[in-house]
Amino acid sequence: MEEDKKNYREVFLPGDEVGGENQKSGYGTYREDGKIYSSHVGVRTGRNEFVNIIPLGGKYNPRPGDQVIAYIEEIGPTYWMTNINSPYPAPLHVNDTPWKVNFGDTAKYLEINDVIIAVISSVDEIKHVQISMKEHGHRRVNSGSIVEITPSKVPRVIGKGGSMISLIKNTANCRLFVGQNGRIWIDGEEEAIELAIRAIEMIERESHSFGLTEKVNTFLEEEAAKIFPQTEKTGEEEKEDVEESAEAEDAAEEEE
Amino acid sequence: MRPKRKSDNMGGKCDIQLIDDNGIRIDGRKIHELRPITIEAGVLNRADGSAYLEWGDNKVMAAVYGPREVHPRHRQKADRCIVQYYYSMAPFSVGDRKRPGPDRRSTEISKISAEALENVIFLDQFPRATIDVYVTVLQASAGTRCAALTAASVAVADAGIPMKDLVVSCASGKVEGKVVLDLVQAEDNFGESDVPIGYVPKTGEIVLMQMDGDMTYEEMEEAMELSINACKEIYEIQRDALIRRYADAEEVE
Repeated sequence: MEEDKKNYREVFLPGDEVGGENQKSGYGTYREDGKIYSSHVGVRTGRNEFVNIIPLGGKYNPRPGDQVIAYIEEIGPTYWMTNINSPYPAPLHVNDTPWKVNFGDTAKYLEINDVIIAVISSVDEIKHVQISMKEHGHRRVNSGSIVEITPSKVPRVIGKGGSMISLIKNTANCRLFVGQNGRIWIDGEEEAIELAIRAIEMIERESHSFGLTEKVNTFLEEEAAKIFPQTEKTGEEEKEDVEESAEAEDAAEEEE
Repeated sequence: MRPKRKSDNMGGKCDIQLIDDNGIRIDGRKIHELRPITIEAGVLNRADGSAYLEWGDNKVMAAVYGPREVHPRHRQKADRCIVQYYYSMAPFSVGDRKRPGPDRRSTEISKISAEALENVIFLDQFPRATIDVYVTVLQASAGTRCAALTAASVAVADAGIPMKDLVVSCASGKVEGKVVLDLVQAEDNFGESDVPIGYVPKTGEIVLMQMDGDMTYEEMEEAMELSINACKEIYEIQRDALIRRYADAEEVE
């Protein structure tokens, strides 16, 4: 048990006291009588004087500017209704796409069950969400696999300054895009995809442990050696994908 | 004439001595003793959050979905989410077959339990959404509403829904003139009174209280004290279940 204490972060529960008078209540916490309490099951992080609780579960909370992976669920004459893994569906209006779509022609461009990479363009106070595909890199996804993880663990998958994501990309030799809504798109050889998925599942499972990058690195190297025995020169893969998640810095959540 | 059933005696008198001369109850407990409780969190893969609880002979499964869209739309609240609680008893959960589907009793329990949970969940963080809590009693032996609510609040926390604290629930009552904690089936049927409460340990709030039968003011005060102390005990079991969930994950490697 004492061994566990060192390897894993302490898990806080709703109602646990996580901070005092001189600190500020950050995400996943609430203030009452001058003290700060956790409102989630999660691990504690602190930046400056803020105390945050990073939840270990829960749905995606849409924020403007987030890059997400959306599924088309419904088609209207001027919009598509998409699922972004949040409690609220997000419409994609034809004006927010790079195409010139005539009224009623929406199904020619995106069909139900298509997967797209888009950005959250606006969220209002009663959580009406809108997404857009106007920016660079937004497109329909035509190949590869999608895995879903808990959205609050996305920063762990990206790692400090993108360290974890590039580790997976390089070792497993695949293309990868992490949506802030917890969906991850992986493309490449079948074995590469499978290996990347296993690495991501490992991160999901052990997101509250210390030295995670190290662990994942060992895991990936061992497994990669089994799968690609002849290609020992994985370092050559310098041409990294343009698609880095926009909020890689956000991931600098003190990976330690 | 149909054969005499056990349920014919419900709420009436019986010849069985419920508490013996040494103060031991029919299931061998002392009058201020809880039945053994075990809780496990995160038992269902499809649900956003879940918990399984055994409380004496009670077996309860709770599953939480959401926050998600409200259907029908007119039940949405523009400024907060709603909590929909579905209490149901499995047909095989009781001696005589329970006719499946909602009835007056389960509708009532659903309503009060939803209101108990609404007190601790931060509803305003999910406008227009719903949190659906499904609780199924697999095996019943009195005190199922308490068992259900205790399991449900673990499942809500497991679903990553922001809340002030967990809700704990426990009953106490009066049997053969004595105030006792956590009634079993026979005591519930033939005793004088049964008072379930829902308690928030951090703030000391009572978020649910019902009374079946009657007690004097003094007896009521004693019963409340018993229940609250028991709730604090059960609270630790709830917490342990949630923490253990992540401790277990570590061992998978």
